[in-house]
Amino acid sequence: MWRWIKPSPRNLRFWQVGMLVAFFVFWHVMTAPGLLPHFLFAKENDAAFFLGEPLKIFSRVWQWFVVKRDIYPHLWITLVETVLAFAVGTAAGLLMGMWLALSPMAAAIFDPYIKAFNSMPRIILAPIFAVWFGLGIASKVALGFTLVFFIVFFNVYQGVKEVSPTVLANARMLGAGQRQLLRHVYLPSATSWVFSSLHTSVGLAFVGAVVGEYLGSANGVGYLIHQAEMVFDINTVMAGILVLTAFALVLDWAVGVLEKRLMKWQPRAGETEKL
Amino acid sequence: MRPALELAEVTCTFVSREDRSQRYTAVSDVTLSIAPGEFVSVVGPTGCGKSTLLNVAAGLLEPSRGTVRVFGEKLAGINRRAGYMFQAEALMPWRTALANVTAGLEFRGVPIAEARRQADEWLRRVGLGGFGDRYPHQLSGGMRKRTSLAQTLVLDPDIMLMDEPFSALDVQTRQLMENEVLDLWAAKKKAVLFITHDLDEAIAMSDRVLVLSAGPASHPIGEFAIDLPRPRDVAEVRVTPRFIELHKAIWDVLREEVLKGYEQQKKAA
Repeated sequence: MWRWIKPSPRNLRFWQVGMLVAFFVFWHVMTAPGLLPHFLFAKENDAAFFLGEPLKIFSRVWQWFVVKRDIYPHLWITLVETVLAFAVGTAAGLLMGMWLALSPMAAAIFDPYIKAFNSMPRIILAPIFAVWFGLGIASKVALGFTLVFFIVFFNVYQGVKEVSPTVLANARMLGAGQRQLLRHVYLPSATSWVFSSLHTSVGLAFVGAVVGEYLGSANGVGYLIHQAEMVFDINTVMAGILVLTAFALVLDWAVGVLEKRLMKWQPRAGETEKL
Repeated sequence: MRPALELAEVTCTFVSREDRSQRYTAVSDVTLSIAPGEFVSVVGPTGCGKSTLLNVAAGLLEPSRGTVRVFGEKLAGINRRAGYMFQAEALMPWRTALANVTAGLEFRGVPIAEARRQADEWLRRVGLGGFGDRYPHQLSGGMRKRTSLAQTLVLDPDIMLMDEPFSALDVQTRQLMENEVLDLWAAKKKAVLFITHDLDEAIAMSDRVLVLSAGPASHPIGEFAIDLPRPRDVAEVRVTPRFIELHKAIWDVLREEVLKGYEQQKKAA
């Protein structure tokens, strides 16, 4: 019996799911009113009030996705904000990174400002962006942009600086001009660094979108959470967090797939063919 | 006949970026010329500025003093008539073997279909017919060198510059590659400037061997015409009496420099 249950690569999934189930069961047992004597809280219903109840959370999620189907527009808004922030931030970071890496004088001039902006806690800009760009999508994209931009910028900067001098000299000997070097050597080298930071930057674009919604908007999952919090509906707050987590996992997986496709030229350890 | 490549009194002095007063003269007053179709090797102890010389000939490095002439014309910028095989890995890791070979043609504006055709042919010629879709990391060291060779030769350069191209390969692969290069050279008769620290390799392949002194400020201290009959097999030619004679004569000049270079490196360390 133990031979089958003992954790091993074969039953890894089983154990992973088991952990999740155990977590929710523990949560349920500890919070369901009247199930156990309340030794941590003053009143019987307090645990459920402060921590939420898994069953109610699941039913909330079920309502959103299946019964009322009213979460899709909110999810869509959050997705659009995330993707826009990510795309614009990455493009700007790529351009700026390439430019500064290739012209040392510009890099020297901008250096203190980039450091300053990067060390600034940028979440604090969210209210200002709401004032500047309104409560719609634009202010959330702006917030996500400031988060994504620097990650990509620093990676591209590094990537261009670390192009192998031999590969560069070889491309020049093969007849590449400045533009061709940019297109065929610096850019591919920089993108490999961008991809290594892709998981982080997509995550941050998502954070920017949700925080922006939370602080002021009329749409999006962050807005739903905020609304529920106003009326102390902890179950809906938890349901929102659950949905966001699942959503982030899906985004991360999509990035993984993209990365695998575009970065197939990079060596992976122990790559052998299974026969 | 005009020499294919001519270096006249070339001196290269490097200045340290941190401290302008720190100078290092790698090569000093080097004069050498290579006729079209001639295979010339340069041997010397490690760190004697052999690669510097090659970079000057390629136009990647501007000499502090002296001039470089390519088929009689003064060189300014990259040497367009030369192909360069580097010592280190020089393939673009994000391109397949085939795309690496087509790169030079693409840069020169050759239509992609035509570039593919030529690259395919060259890959076959260096024995990599079925490996065009592999990325460099999926190829062995020897295969990568062959790809580099195809990448350089597909442009049909008049001058080949080779910087210890086979130093990272095992002995067997190395001899195979040397013979392949000799065959290709015999068919096309390019001017070759071949840098190596391996005297055997230099004698087996070249028409002429140049010995460089130990650095700093190294300069040629001996020149030997290699009159071994061609075509040669690099493995077989090594046991002929004439080869051994030449080897002894060159080694007599080289040995002292190697010891000198070794002493200097020990002192610096």
